Amino acid sequence: MRLDERTRPDFPILERVVNGHPLVYLDSAASSQRPRTVIEAMSQYYARSHANVHRSIHTLGEEATELYEAARDRVQRFIGAGSREEVVFTRGTTDGLSLLAETLGRTLRAGDEVLITELEHHSNIIPWQLATRDRGAVLKAVPLGEDGTLDLEAFERLLTRRTRVVAFAHVSNVLGTINPVAEMCARARRAGALSVVDGAQAAPHLPLEMSALDCDFYVFSAHKMLGPTGIGVLYGRRDILGSLEPGRGGSEMIKEVWIDRAQWNDLPWRFEPGTPSIAEAVGLTAAIEYLEKLGMERVAEHGRALTRQALEGLAAIPGVKVYGPPATTDRGAVVAFTVAELHPHDVAALLDAEGIAVRAGHHCAMPLMRRLGVVGTSRASFSVFNSPDEVGHLLAAVAELRAAL
Amino acid sequence: MTDEVMARAVGGPHAGFAGAAGTGSGSAGNRRGPLLYSDVIRERWRRPRFRGELPGASAVAEDVNPLCGDRVRLMVALEGDRVATARFVGDSCAICTASADVLAELVVGRSRAEALRVDTADVLAVLQADIRPTRMRCVTLPLSVFAMALNGKS
Repeated sequence: MRLDERTRPDFPILERVVNGHPLVYLDSAASSQRPRTVIEAMSQYYARSHANVHRSIHTLGEEATELYEAARDRVQRFIGAGSREEVVFTRGTTDGLSLLAETLGRTLRAGDEVLITELEHHSNIIPWQLATRDRGAVLKAVPLGEDGTLDLEAFERLLTRRTRVVAFAHVSNVLGTINPVAEMCARARRAGALSVVDGAQAAPHLPLEMSALDCDFYVFSAHKMLGPTGIGVLYGRRDILGSLEPGRGGSEMIKEVWIDRAQWNDLPWRFEPGTPSIAEAVGLTAAIEYLEKLGMERVAEHGRALTRQALEGLAAIPGVKVYGPPATTDRGAVVAFTVAELHPHDVAALLDAEGIAVRAGHHCAMPLMRRLGVVGTSRASFSVFNSPDEVGHLLAAVAELRAAL
Repeated sequence: MTDEVMARAVGGPHAGFAGAAGTGSGSAGNRRGPLLYSDVIRERWRRPRFRGELPGASAVAEDVNPLCGDRVRLMVALEGDRVATARFVGDSCAICTASADVLAELVVGRSRAEALRVDTADVLAVLQADIRPTRMRCVTLPLSVFAMALNGKS
């Protein structure tokens, strides 16, 4: 049985009819949809167990704490982290990257360098701009080659003894490029720099094993991997996390507080000030359970098959241009394309009239758009519930677009 | 607003569009759903009448729609207090292009003060399209750029 045949009944939103057509949701790279188990787990939590975590000495508080900390264990196993202390909950990828840039930013000195890449999402650009600007440090970017992959020779040249942090995406949210994470992290370490990996587009699709990637930090969001909005994960190597001063303060992240000083809490709570996203942690547990039941290898293969079908089909339509590495390379489950003279927003609006949801615009990657020489692109992205038939609908609709406007 | 969206979600395919869809002119390109791409928009986008450079313009302004990266530059030639000509260039979607083209047509021949009073409703009346809130900025970008030009902020 194909993966989508098994999963589709689990996603209630797929019953929606949009503009007279059954919904074809091809925007999971922005935010995926949720299976019923995730929705029900959160609703059950609110209906039966909600209280604040950690300091509530009553039954509900204990249940909520147990559920919240169980989510941490689940995440630890899902990403192959060495210990639960290495798993910090955030509000999402953007929040995780900001937290790291704020925290690591404090250790930067004038003349230090932070190295990002040309294909980053704004979330992995702006926090580093702010951090370097405040400290008189320098922000540099690894250029993109013509084939949509990073120029690794340039990476080697740009990596100097002044480089303190290397931050890059595991999978590009526009081009689908899968960067050689393990190799880049190893090179960063040899140069004495910390590695930060934006895994927002990888966690939903690829089996993850932190020890194999051997990065110092890895961040991702729940809502792109069938989970709820408002929660994400920051993985950090224990020795490094333990050596960092917290960048943000509040309750929960301290052991003892005086007016003029405080003693920090243990890992991972040191980096989780305030009441966390508890119901969302429960939802994330359910999302991980769902993905693990399907098997991440199968999830990855399903994404690859749909991506190949879309890439080959779109490239065959006159006037359509696809971006990123060739269909034969291993890519993430996104396909960015333009249709002749049509503006990407018009493409998305015309497809919406057919019930097909795609993303259009700069995809929060303006420097990449500039590098590609386009205002924006349209982007179809796939998840476990998408079928080859849906990709077929997309291809048929795109072929008709120029006649429709 | 929330109630309206929820009602549309549970009410099925056309529930939310019933009221709005009646306002547009028919169009073969919009077989179903809202009439976003009215005949006027399609025509103005394919064959804009006011697109192009305007050398020696007395007022120029340019701005970007942060949502989509659309960029519009408006050039205005004033003769005394009167708008003699207006032209636009830009990277923009069909709705934004049509809006800029209609705006240029509406302001030509008017005094500065009159031209600045041309508003979104005037442009929408010509476009005859059902523009949903997410695309309204595509209509208003040329209007704000025009105001910037005449007010000397570019």
